[in-house]
Amino acid sequence: MPTLILRRFGFAAFTIAFVSLVMFAAVEALPGNVCTSFLQRFAQGPRLERCIEQQGLDRPALVRYGDWVAGAAQGDFGYSLKKRKPVNELIWERFRNTALLGGIAALLAIPLAIFLGIAAGVRRDRPVDLSLSGAAMLAMTIPEFVTATALIYVFAILLQWFPAVTIVSPGASVLQMLPNIVLPVIVLSAVLIAHIMRMVRASVIDVMASDYVQMARLKGVPERQIIRKHVVPNAMIPALNVIALTIAWLLAGVVVVEKVFNYPGLGTLMIQAIYDRDLPMVQAVALIFSVIYVAVNLLADLAALVLDPRLRRKGH
Amino acid sequence: MTKSLINIEDLSVGFIAKGGLPTPVLRQVSLELVAGETLGIVGESGSGKSTVALAMMGYLKPGLSLFGGRAVFDGNDMFALSEKKRAKLRGSSIALIPQNAGQALTPTLTIGDQIDEALQLHTDLSGAERAAKVVELLNRVRLPEPAEIAKRYPHELSGGQQQRAAVAMALAGNAKALLLDEPTTGLDVTTQAHILEFLRELAREMGVAMVYVSHDMGVIARVADRVAVMYSGEIVEEGPTRRVLREPRHEYTKNLLAAIPRLDAPNKRPNLRPDAQQTLKLDDVAISYHKPGLLDRLLRRPAKRPNVEHVSLGLKRGQTIGLVGESGSGKSTILRAIAGLVEAQGGEIALAGDQALTAPVGRRDRETLRRVQMIFQNADASLNPRQTIGEILEAPLRLYYGKKGKQAEGKAAELLGAVRLPAEYLRRFPSQLSGGEKQRVGIARAFAANPEVTLCDEITSALDVSVQATALELLSRLQQENGSSYVFVSHDLAVVRAVSDWVAVLYQGRLCEVGPVEKVYANPFHPYTRLLMGAVLRPDPDAVPEILNEVDLKVQECGYSKLWAEIDMERTKSKQPLQHDLGDGHVVYFNMSPESVAQMRVKGRDPAAGSNSVPRSSADRVLEPAE
Repeated sequence: MPTLILRRFGFAAFTIAFVSLVMFAAVEALPGNVCTSFLQRFAQGPRLERCIEQQGLDRPALVRYGDWVAGAAQGDFGYSLKKRKPVNELIWERFRNTALLGGIAALLAIPLAIFLGIAAGVRRDRPVDLSLSGAAMLAMTIPEFVTATALIYVFAILLQWFPAVTIVSPGASVLQMLPNIVLPVIVLSAVLIAHIMRMVRASVIDVMASDYVQMARLKGVPERQIIRKHVVPNAMIPALNVIALTIAWLLAGVVVVEKVFNYPGLGTLMIQAIYDRDLPMVQAVALIFSVIYVAVNLLADLAALVLDPRLRRKGH
Repeated sequence: MTKSLINIEDLSVGFIAKGGLPTPVLRQVSLELVAGETLGIVGESGSGKSTVALAMMGYLKPGLSLFGGRAVFDGNDMFALSEKKRAKLRGSSIALIPQNAGQALTPTLTIGDQIDEALQLHTDLSGAERAAKVVELLNRVRLPEPAEIAKRYPHELSGGQQQRAAVAMALAGNAKALLLDEPTTGLDVTTQAHILEFLRELAREMGVAMVYVSHDMGVIARVADRVAVMYSGEIVEEGPTRRVLREPRHEYTKNLLAAIPRLDAPNKRPNLRPDAQQTLKLDDVAISYHKPGLLDRLLRRPAKRPNVEHVSLGLKRGQTIGLVGESGSGKSTILRAIAGLVEAQGGEIALAGDQALTAPVGRRDRETLRRVQMIFQNADASLNPRQTIGEILEAPLRLYYGKKGKQAEGKAAELLGAVRLPAEYLRRFPSQLSGGEKQRVGIARAFAANPEVTLCDEITSALDVSVQATALELLSRLQQENGSSYVFVSHDLAVVRAVSDWVAVLYQGRLCEVGPVEKVYANPFHPYTRLLMGAVLRPDPDAVPEILNEVDLKVQECGYSKLWAEIDMERTKSKQPLQHDLGDGHVVYFNMSPESVAQMRVKGRDPAAGSNSVPRSSADRVLEPAE
């Protein structure tokens, strides 16, 4: 069992290392270098020399990669070209904002989605299921920027309950940030809930038809206890991976939603950095996103180990 | 007159088909069972036998509804009872032992938790008392180290152990009646024999009534006092087991009994022709599913023992060799290697004319492919559901003979005729055919290539007995007509005897015994062969399985003979056991000195005189048998 967990951690670390290598190599493969692509037509003379010196581009690529990885491991992502500041100074408050947005959306959406999925699966084809499944279908088909615009129109313009776009600075306190979060969280959770709910529902329906649930019924186990002890743990096992994948979607969704609401998070930062050709910044944000992605999948794997005794066998 | 415990009166159950047409599954079934009695319900698939048994608990599978009649258990009308009262009876007074315990136990709960759940529902015991009772129950079903087993999850138990755990769970509430729904179907013959003996013992010990649902007349003959024969939702015959088996009155029962292949029936195959040409040869074949991973190679871990090794067999034109053994014996693996679906790691597989078959199926040339054809266990899954039967049969004709259009269609119709299906079937889809018909299409498809070697992988195990009989007959007839050789894999020893000229007994990937069917069945020499034959149940109320008694059960689940074979295998590790030739091609692989083999034969086990056993290698250590 401990070796099993260690192994999963090992795989996760390996994945991150590989992703960092690919990202670094991709930037290297671009024509020119970080400085020429940033400075464009001004890439000449002392300006270019200063930039090259500051970014340490005169050293061999392997050494630079080593430095970048070692720095990133300590939270140092190098020097932003556009903002002329260390990347980490710019990134952490943005990270906090995005974590606040994504975290609240995930914490709200996942338990609710699981609950609704079980409710719909147990009452398959009855009114509860039909209305929940219908709503989920709708939530999945409407793109998030459309939902966002609709919500802004109703709650920010007509009712004026929440601000339409964020106008506080990225470093504002959590309390100041909260009113700005409500609408983006709703937009993000709607899609999360829809996806996870449908998966949990399908999984519950599968398990309800299994031999062991029939056996539990014939053992005289009351329906509620059947759902709690026999159905839910087994239905969650296949659903876990989908939840992890949905959270990966959340990372992409966050970029769109932040842009729509002008929310000062990592997403807006990354889009801006791409516009500015600020490659050190782009690399840093991309690396953070991939670490979150791997961490979420690792978490799902570990949760599956807890739920499913068959996975705990030696040799897996 | 004893009061009846279970009383089923005029029970009709069914579903509402599309268009609101009521379609019955059970038609006015009436049955009665007194306390302590064992009733067998026997029938083929779709006869409604499981539905009757579950109705005794007031349970209908989803989609079914009650059309009429009553199911009374212990004075309670099970269908009229409130949900709460019914739940109270289920699992306590009347308990189910399911068909497939591996699937009927919840995978995320330990065995102990699941038994505890039943105790919690049906007794007033405290937590500590329940824990003690769980161990007591597991002990009662004779599971070794019950306290340890209670902490395990279902997947950590073997099939036989899972079945025993399910029995322990059924006993949690002091049941008056146990319903057993095909409790040994899917288990190996030896495990089945042990579980059945154990259940018989239990019924006697506790005086519970049992309802035993099975498709297997051998099982029913062994356990039931009375038997009800079901056909298409009706009971066609009911009576004491001995009477029904010995003097069946209903036409259906007579046909059913006649269709069962018997282990002791000598086979009626034409005499072996020693001058026939060799069509297939396996020489010291080794097959492994385990491919060493990158990590294994880096750490230089030793390769695992192959799944199959040291297999040498020969097959002549127009003859059949049967491969028998329990699950994990490697019989299907050998078949897959001949077909090229897995690669043999070592040794040689060759067709007539020394055409090597070592290449996987993707790298074989068309002519080699044509010469070896396979018929699959599950006809349903091996026929493309979106192609018509005609398209399915024309594909090999086009591929191997370049036949197209009218010519191909004519040949396809001819093939269908050979498997006794009308030509109209060419335009049907597989889903419009019955199980037996689909398997006949599978046979026709194999014969479209006019193969030299036909591989049959458990081709009748999914079929009902009556359908099986016609399929086997068909195979024999086709063999006589075109002289193809068969490799016939089956777990059913009686079927193998009926269709084969040669038989090879496998155990954990090694040969135990190879020989002409009549010799091996008459005088099994290897202890494992004897164990397998001894465990076969016959549809005869007076037949007692040979090697089974309580002492064996206590030694180990699998009994002493299997244990013996295991020790024999273990001692030799990767080395091949000694090979003894008993004459006429009857070869035994067993670690015993040639002198002991001779001695055993003199003792009357094998009346054939003369022993010319040859030790494979003088370096092999000779192990004296523990007998």
